[in-house]
Amino acid sequence: MTTTTAALSAGERTARKDDPGAAPRKRRPGRLRRVGLPYLLLLPALLLELLVHLVPMVIGIVVSFKELTQFYIRDWGTAPWAGLDNFSLAVDFDAPVGKALLSSFLTTCLFTVLSVGLCWLLGAAAAIFMQETFRGRGILRTLFLVPYALPVYAAVITWAFMFQRDNGLVNHVLHDQLGLSDSAPFWLIGDNSFIALLVVSVWKGWPFAFLTLMAGLQNIPKDIYEAAALDGAGVWQQVRRITLPALRPVNQVLVLVLFLWTFNDFNTPFVLFGKAAPEAADLISLHIYQSSFQTWNFGTGSAMSVLLLLFLLVVTGVYLWFTSRGRKATDA
Amino acid sequence: MPSTSTAVGRPPTPGPAVRQPRAVRQPRSPMAAPRSFLWSRRIFLTLLAVFVLLPVYVMISSSLKPLEDVSGKFSWIPSGLTVRPYVDIWDTVPLADYFMNSLIVAGAATVCSVTIAVFAAYAVSRYPFRGKRVFTVTVLSTQMFPGILFLLPLFLIYVNIGNATGIALFGSRGGLILTYLTFSLPFSIWMLIGYFDGVPRDLDEAAKVDGCGPLGALFRVIVPAALPGIVAVAVYAFMTAWGEVLFASVMTNETTRTLAVGLQGYSTQNDVYWNQIMAASLVVSLPVVAGFLLLQRYLVAGLMAGAVK
Repeated sequence: MTTTTAALSAGERTARKDDPGAAPRKRRPGRLRRVGLPYLLLLPALLLELLVHLVPMVIGIVVSFKELTQFYIRDWGTAPWAGLDNFSLAVDFDAPVGKALLSSFLTTCLFTVLSVGLCWLLGAAAAIFMQETFRGRGILRTLFLVPYALPVYAAVITWAFMFQRDNGLVNHVLHDQLGLSDSAPFWLIGDNSFIALLVVSVWKGWPFAFLTLMAGLQNIPKDIYEAAALDGAGVWQQVRRITLPALRPVNQVLVLVLFLWTFNDFNTPFVLFGKAAPEAADLISLHIYQSSFQTWNFGTGSAMSVLLLLFLLVVTGVYLWFTSRGRKATDA
Repeated sequence: MPSTSTAVGRPPTPGPAVRQPRAVRQPRSPMAAPRSFLWSRRIFLTLLAVFVLLPVYVMISSSLKPLEDVSGKFSWIPSGLTVRPYVDIWDTVPLADYFMNSLIVAGAATVCSVTIAVFAAYAVSRYPFRGKRVFTVTVLSTQMFPGILFLLPLFLIYVNIGNATGIALFGSRGGLILTYLTFSLPFSIWMLIGYFDGVPRDLDEAAKVDGCGPLGALFRVIVPAALPGIVAVAVYAFMTAWGEVLFASVMTNETTRTLAVGLQGYSTQNDVYWNQIMAASLVVSLPVVAGFLLLQRYLVAGLMAGAVK
């Protein structure tokens, strides 16, 4: 115990050295309590993270190697081991289960790329257009945050109403008012459901890109623009040469966060389509949910979750490696 | 807002950047913007505003329409206005019960989450200790994992804890509170670290010299100085719990059902009462939208600090 204390206080001292803001503190009795204090303060957060995030993750990985059906729910430890069966079932792309998973995965990839791209475009365009003050800018900014503030289910249910075939707004405008189609199409079943899902997802997601990029824009010093204007650069040129390059570090984080949120999105398709999503809009989270809680086969569901997690880890790792390398290269 | 919470030598703090955005920002240069830019801006922002507000208009106008209006073809202008849907929503499904459940769950999760996050952020912001980096990175990385990964195991854990100890977590409000408060915890801690870093250390050091203990310094100096940030974190935690669908749909039963699941009750009946659905959506959105828009500058600052860092 004493050695740990000594080591900790040594660590504390070295840490304090490179922190100029901290004034030297008076030595008081109860040193042990003071060193243990940060850990004590963290304890509740640590316990909850363990219970709700870390332990379930470990259990999820264990379960993915088990044959866990509803008979073993009460005592999941006794479920028989399945080895790699769950995984081979999930990635056997010739069999129905693997084939459905693959198609759901590819759908999710396409959906994510389109949604993140559109969210970024709208967010960047709005942020750049609203960089300067003009009348109504404050009100507009508040309005643009409404999709972000609305609870997911309330917003998505409204979209579901708008996408109804017979009494929805979308068909009323496209078919009745603009006459773009011969017959009123379905939006929430069949291939069109992908477009419907994409529209809702972009509507819901772009304000976050807008917010983040607005923050990024505030960090660009104004005199750069003034200097550029003096040198004869027009607004469009300033946007291309100054604004977009200056946003790179913000983009690095923003695109990653948008990617992870969109790829993992469960709420939007769940509320939009109900429990059974059409094949064209069968996102991976909902797919795993269905194959676990409707077939009560938790082993395979967990294996799919673990594969999803591995995929996300690899993508995140590669992405961070590439973007930080690219950044270093431009800095040098 | 006390002026003391200005950052000292720590640039990426959320507070000052957004607290006075309008005062700092001036037009870049009036002659720099050509007509093509102004017109593009006008057209783009108008179209975007229409896209953003379309569902809001549908929600409000449809909630005031009689049932015949929403069952037939969509019409931009209601044929007659009625507040009947707002009366009926409470009878069609037990909306008041769902509302109460959501309020209890989100409220309790918020209070606990903020309290725990305040302690954790205080430790990270003010004390050097081993494993600080591991802690912050681990906590934050849980944000990237798919919720579906936790759902099955958490379901098992709650069921088994229930069997072993008799504490009903599965299907109860307690289990949902525990889950939600942990979901908002990582981001809350992250945001609060930013706010606490923005409070000058001299203040709490001075308080300690005056005889305050570590907790005294936290509650008498840091918490009051960072109050807007704490309120913003509370709004975030409340929004997270209020809007969650996945866990609510699995971990609740008839008596503990929250709005996220309960709202679907209007559409599984034989008739779909779209006007009531829209009215109910509007009613359940009001608390969070109002809270968000009132406190948006603080919340936005915190969200951005988390994303930009």
